[in-house]
Formats: sequence, C-alpha cells, structure tokens
Amino acid sequence: MPVPKILGIETEYGIVHRGVDDSNPISASSLLINAYLGTQSEPGAGPGSPRVGWDFIDETPQNDVRGFSHIGGMAPEVETHLVNAVLTNGARYYVDHAHPELSTPECADAMSVLRHDRAAEQIVVESMRAANQVLPDGEELVIYKNNSDGKGNSYGCHENYLMDRTTPFARIVQHATTHFVTRQVFTGAGKVGCEAPWIPTGAVPFQLTQRADFFEEEVGLETTLKRPIINTRDEPHADPALYRRLHVIVGDANLCEVATFLKLGTTAIVLAMVEADFLDPSLLIADPVRSLQAVSWDTGLKQPLMLGDGRTATAVDLQWEFLDQAQKYVLEHGTDLIGGSVADDVLTRWEGVLASLETDPSDLVGVVDWITKRHLLDGLRERHELEPGDARLAALDLQYHDLRPERSLFARVGAETLVDLGAVTVAMEQPPEDTRAYFRGRCLQRWPDEIVAANWDSMVFDLGDNTLRRIPMMEPIRGTRDHVGTLLDECRTVPELLSRLSA
Amino acid sequence: MAEQEQQRPARRESDPAEPVDAGAPQATGQGKDRLKAELDDLLDEIDEVLESNAEEFVKNYIQKGGE
Repeated sequence: MPVPKILGIETEYGIVHRGVDDSNPISASSLLINAYLGTQSEPGAGPGSPRVGWDFIDETPQNDVRGFSHIGGMAPEVETHLVNAVLTNGARYYVDHAHPELSTPECADAMSVLRHDRAAEQIVVESMRAANQVLPDGEELVIYKNNSDGKGNSYGCHENYLMDRTTPFARIVQHATTHFVTRQVFTGAGKVGCEAPWIPTGAVPFQLTQRADFFEEEVGLETTLKRPIINTRDEPHADPALYRRLHVIVGDANLCEVATFLKLGTTAIVLAMVEADFLDPSLLIADPVRSLQAVSWDTGLKQPLMLGDGRTATAVDLQWEFLDQAQKYVLEHGTDLIGGSVADDVLTRWEGVLASLETDPSDLVGVVDWITKRHLLDGLRERHELEPGDARLAALDLQYHDLRPERSLFARVGAETLVDLGAVTVAMEQPPEDTRAYFRGRCLQRWPDEIVAANWDSMVFDLGDNTLRRIPMMEPIRGTRDHVGTLLDECRTVPELLSRLSA
Repeated sequence: MAEQEQQRPARRESDPAEPVDAGAPQATGQGKDRLKAELDDLLDEIDEVLESNAEEFVKNYIQKGGE
C-alpha cells in the first residue's frame, strides 16, 4: 500500500580554500559551517550558540535491506567527531568526509523540497560570506554545487523517499532503476568530458550528467566505491516495521529549479506507483549500468536501450511511458499521498519537458541544467573558436556551479524560477509545517538551550535536574503544525511540553 | 507563500501554451533570435568573470571523494 511520500535531499558541496598552499578540505568545511553557526548566535549567548549537536545513536548506515551483514564491505563510516549541527528549519548541516553537506528537513512534496534545497544554497552562500570575513586577506573559501572534480572524484547529491516496508524490494529495484537510467534526460547537470577510465580522452566531449561515469553496480550498499544504481542502505529513520527509506545516490545536484522539482516530483510518483503495483512489469532495462552511461553520453537523445523482452526504446520513450502511467495513476488513486496539487504540477511540467526534449531541447535553456550548460559552452566555443579540449570549456563547466553570486555563471542565465526569494529566505529558518521537521525546528527555536541533541527520529531534552529525556519521533507525518502547533505555542517550558506530550 | 506558488501551475494548466515566465525562451523563430541575442550579452559577462587562468583553475580544482 502506498504511504505518504515524505522526501528530502542531501547535498555535498565542492569546497576550495584559495590562497593557501596546503589546504585541508575537512578544516575548511568546519570553518565554513562554524562561521555560519556563529552568525546564528543569540546576542550575548557566546559564539556559535545555539549549536545543538547531532545525536548518532540511531545511525546505522551499514544495515543492508537484503539482510546481509557486512564483511569487509565499504559501508559509509559515521564520523562523530566533526561539526554536525541541527538548524531551526529542521535541516542538518555538517562535515561529511571532506565536504560540507546540508540535508534538507523532511518535506511532504517536491515544491517544499525545492524551497529547502534553495534555502540550503543560500545558507551556504551566507556561510561563505561569514567565513571569508574571518579569513586573512588573500584567502577565500569557494563553494561549488556540483558532483565531480573532472579528475575521477565524485561527491553526492542524495535523495530520500519514505516507502512502505511491505513493498517487495525487487519490485522497487526494477522500476526505480528504469526511472533512474532514463530521468537523466532532465536531471543531468551536464559535464565536460568523461571520467570513466576505459573511455579515451575526447571520445565523450560533453555528457548529460556529472555522476553516471561513477556507477558500476546495479544494487548494493556502497556509496564511495563500486557505486550501485540502487542503494540498499536500510536505515529508515522511522518505524522500521512500517517503513523503509529509499536512499537514492544516483542523481546530480541541480541548479535549475525545474530540474530539482522534477527530479524529486517524478521519482515520488514512480515510487508510489511501485508501492501500488501499478506499473507495467515489462518495463525492464536489460543492462542498467551500461544504459545509465549510454544515456548520459548521448546528447542527441537517440540511444536505443535494450529492454528485458528484447524490444528497444530511448530514454525519452521510457519517460513518456512513466508519464502515461503516472497520469492514469493519479486519475485512479488521486494525489493525497504524493504531494496533493504539487503532483498535478509535476505531471504538467514533466509532459512539457519531455515534449521539448523531442521537438527542440533549446527551449529548455534555464529549465534543464545540461541543456543550459551546453548552450553556454557552445556559445563560448563559437565566439572564441575553441578546440574541444580547451581549458576554458572545463573552467566554464566548473564555474557554472560556483555559488558566489558575483562569479556564478548559472546565476547569469535568468533561469525559470518556481519559488520566490522571500519564500527561500523564510525556509532558511522555518521548518516545513507538514512533517515532523516542524516539531524539531520549532523546539530548536523555542528551547535551544534545553535541547542536548537531535536527529531525524528523536530529540533529547535536558530537564535541568540532571535528567535527560529522549522524545522518539518515529512517525514522519506526526509532529506537524496541525498536530502540535497549538501545543508548542502554549507551552512555556520544556517540562510543561514533555508533560503535555505524554499526557 | 505556498498559495502564491501554487497559483502558477493552475494558470499553466488552463493554458499550457501561455508562458509562465515571460523570460523563459520560446520555440518560435522570434524566441530563437532572442535566445541568440541574450547569449551574446551573457558571453560578454562570462568573458568578464570567467577565471582568467583557466588552465590553472581547472588543474587546481581537486576534491576528495565524498558520500
């Protein structure tokens, strides 16, 4: 049975510390985040306060949905010693490996995620400003919202979707794989060159995505080596008897708002259809890993993909198929569990983008990142008669993702926007109102000094008499404004809140 | 805010041919000309802000793997 598609996105940003000889990305990331937290302090409360830390007690990224225990596997490590903060909008802002990472709060629809992803970008921009004020002259932190350094190193932009625990995982694998391989036609952020080691230099001058080169497996637990199209991390951050969380590692970080919106929105609908067993079981790609790369490397969008039954179809053909099924699904099942009226908007935009991909992709400049980036690259190449390997093309690729407003090339395109800046500014501090993130964010606003730690599915309060109380939040759709808004408004103290919660 | 955002798709649904964002490029010949003209302005700006030593910039952009 379909469950509400609560969803979120976590982005690792590229970071450069300019003006120093031997920069350390971990300390640079810490400096960046601490500088931002410093700007959030209450007057007189000391530097960096409120700084509520992350609670690691429920972190189990090594658990595999297939029930394996890992012997020598490359499950991600949990780094408990690095900066790790929870923000008043319900987001998590932390150092992950050698990157600053920001996870949006849990959201109930794709528009809400988009708003919080844009808020995350603005938080990073503010962080750069704050950090650069304290750095010596000649030094600067620069942040990039991309996923590759062009030299074989990749960092992720992961999506998360709440799913029904009873849905057979094999069914999720089949349909989600087909969607992930083919959605690249509108989710790709574009990349100059190719980082697959067996591809000769120059053979793929430009491709749709930043990430496809780095995927080697169909299904698995890894995220840093032998990356799988379907990640099996079984860490629901919710009641494990009811839910799983599909952790999607195969996407690119987008700058175009429509691309982010469709990446989340279409995937939520596809996953709801998987739960309802609504999709045509013959939709199966015969060789997903090769197909992922073949789609990414084919800017003409004509690459035929071999299906399980011997037929062939292009990525755009298969996306039309998903859209067709999605339209029927919404007629039959409604949109209550997939974001309400936002899902209708997803369907409309999905159709418009597929139509443009078929008729004239240049209509999608400012809508789809790879097409936008290619437009700039083609322009620069023609103007200066550049050869394909010219460093200025690779520089443009990187600088497209530069988050400094005065340097960002994306910011100059005048891309189509779906959320206004006012709403983005609000989302930098305020949580979504329709998930448990509301409870987390509001408590952090009200009682920062009484919260010892927080994570996705619990919060620990200090009652002031040497007693700590953990409040479990195992149901992502509880703790909303409808549910606890009045309670949070009325309670003056943490003990009062806790006593009324347990009443 | 949410209400404001949700009005746009409704308008688009009622008339899909009408552009939601007047600044978005269109498929018409006129749209193509405008796209080209905008690109010229954009390239002027890019020439101005693009890292002056592109080769060095690209070479020095090294990240550790993440995730």
